[in-house]
Amino acid sequence: MAEKRTLLPVFTNGLLRENPVLRLVLGTCPALAVTTSVENGLGMGLAATFVLLGSNIAISLLRKVIPDRVRIPAFITIIAGFVSVVQMLLKAYLPALDKALGIFIPLIVVNCIILARAEMFASKNALLPSILDALGMGAGFTAALLSMGFLREILGNGTLLGAPIPVLQAGGTVEPILIFILPPGGFFVFGLLIALSQALSKRLDRRAAARAGAAGGTKGPEDPCAACGLCQGKGGDQG
Amino acid sequence: MNLVLSSSPHLRDNASTPRIMGDVLIALAPALLASALLFGLRPLAVAAVAVAFAVGSEYLFRRLVRRSNTIGDLSAAVTGLLLALNLPPTIPLWIAALGSVVAIVIVKQFFGGIGQNFVNPALAARVVLAISFPVAMTRWDRTPGLLSAFGIGEADVVTGPTLLEQMRQGAQGEVSLLSLFLGLDKGGCIGEISVAALLLGAAWLVFRKVIPLWTPLSYLAVVGLFTLAAGRDPLVHLMSGGLVIGAFFMATDYATVPLTWKGQLLFGLGCGLITSLIRLFGGMARACPSRSCS
Repeated sequence: MAEKRTLLPVFTNGLLRENPVLRLVLGTCPALAVTTSVENGLGMGLAATFVLLGSNIAISLLRKVIPDRVRIPAFITIIAGFVSVVQMLLKAYLPALDKALGIFIPLIVVNCIILARAEMFASKNALLPSILDALGMGAGFTAALLSMGFLREILGNGTLLGAPIPVLQAGGTVEPILIFILPPGGFFVFGLLIALSQALSKRLDRRAAARAGAAGGTKGPEDPCAACGLCQGKGGDQG
Repeated sequence: MNLVLSSSPHLRDNASTPRIMGDVLIALAPALLASALLFGLRPLAVAAVAVAFAVGSEYLFRRLVRRSNTIGDLSAAVTGLLLALNLPPTIPLWIAALGSVVAIVIVKQFFGGIGQNFVNPALAARVVLAISFPVAMTRWDRTPGLLSAFGIGEADVVTGPTLLEQMRQGAQGEVSLLSLFLGLDKGGCIGEISVAALLLGAAWLVFRKVIPLWTPLSYLAVVGLFTLAAGRDPLVHLMSGGLVIGAFFMATDYATVPLTWKGQLLFGLGCGLITSLIRLFGGMARACPSRSCS
């Protein structure tokens, strides 16, 4: 039971409080570039989650074998291996998605989220927490890309999952607002979602603080840094 | 000793924001009126919707974020009217409304409200609309205006490219400088159509000392010289497109124009250079106001 209590936050952290795209602002390049539709956002999110899961597992298992000095090249090699697997699978089974995501699939190799989790988490933690961390971060990444793709596809293209929405087509009540599927619209939606997640996690923090106060605890609001403790007080540099 | 510290400009007259903005509204009225005379009542509807949504979204946003109410300074009304004057007369009303919301909420209030915007809100909104609705934003139908009953202007809807677009594509249509000056027989945005009406408004602003003339004059001079050097008719270029409204009403935006007269001169030179280059070599015939003044 005690074990469970410490493991659950490792998973939920990535969803909102440390959402890689919206709170840590990592991996913004694919987040802005491929989220012109729900399908692309979902595809990119799942592909990156797969790579993250694979690399976190491998790096966690090898964490005592990899020499500290060459850990970054070793991490990149492992990540690149999983990216190759994803790319080949996409080419074989989902060629249309592979074409839509294009260069951004090979670029998962240099996605900061994956390297950051390898460096900050998997290389310092056992297998099970590393798997949960990969799943939580992957889910957060996918959720962020999915919501960006959702808003941008509806507003900018007047479709949802490729199916046209009648009132939002040319000649309908209103026309699609083209700018949303272009880069500036991507930044608009990105900024709005960051603001939204900021407000949401502030509200959650307040609620947690109120609960702690009501319970008569002397601890006050839970320090997110203490809950995570990955950087062991050193203040990890998230690149 | 009572020391007052404030950032420049250090104004020493009774200028206040509502007075300045009220003067700009008055100065823009002739252009709007000219548009109604030449294009009919639709430009008035577009202007009403744009102003209403600009003021309304400013009020709602300030309320939402619990800031002081600033619609009384009239700046939102000016933004709405400026935007309307930069739209084609046939623009769907909901697009004009959307443009006003973009101008006020995204460009003005997200950056802190009046005086904090880094570009002219109306022009930024125009760019957003031009990117988002390329078809609706480039229809230059000439609809019958209020003067059509007297045989002036079009009696029926005429569809065609603007003069600058024709010139960009190599054809030089027959133009009389007088009709260009008055705004007859040409298509274009609501507010840019009559150079005479715009100059009348600009004269009011200069008379009331609302705008210094350095920027507009250097702007117009550079475009005139540049087009002359390129072998075009400088007068046709000066009186076509949105150059006059851009030079007097957009390039002089308080939030974006330099404070010293030397800076204002240079600012106008830069605007003129960009406008000329886009007009002569670029893919967009109009160049001003939206491409260079913001």
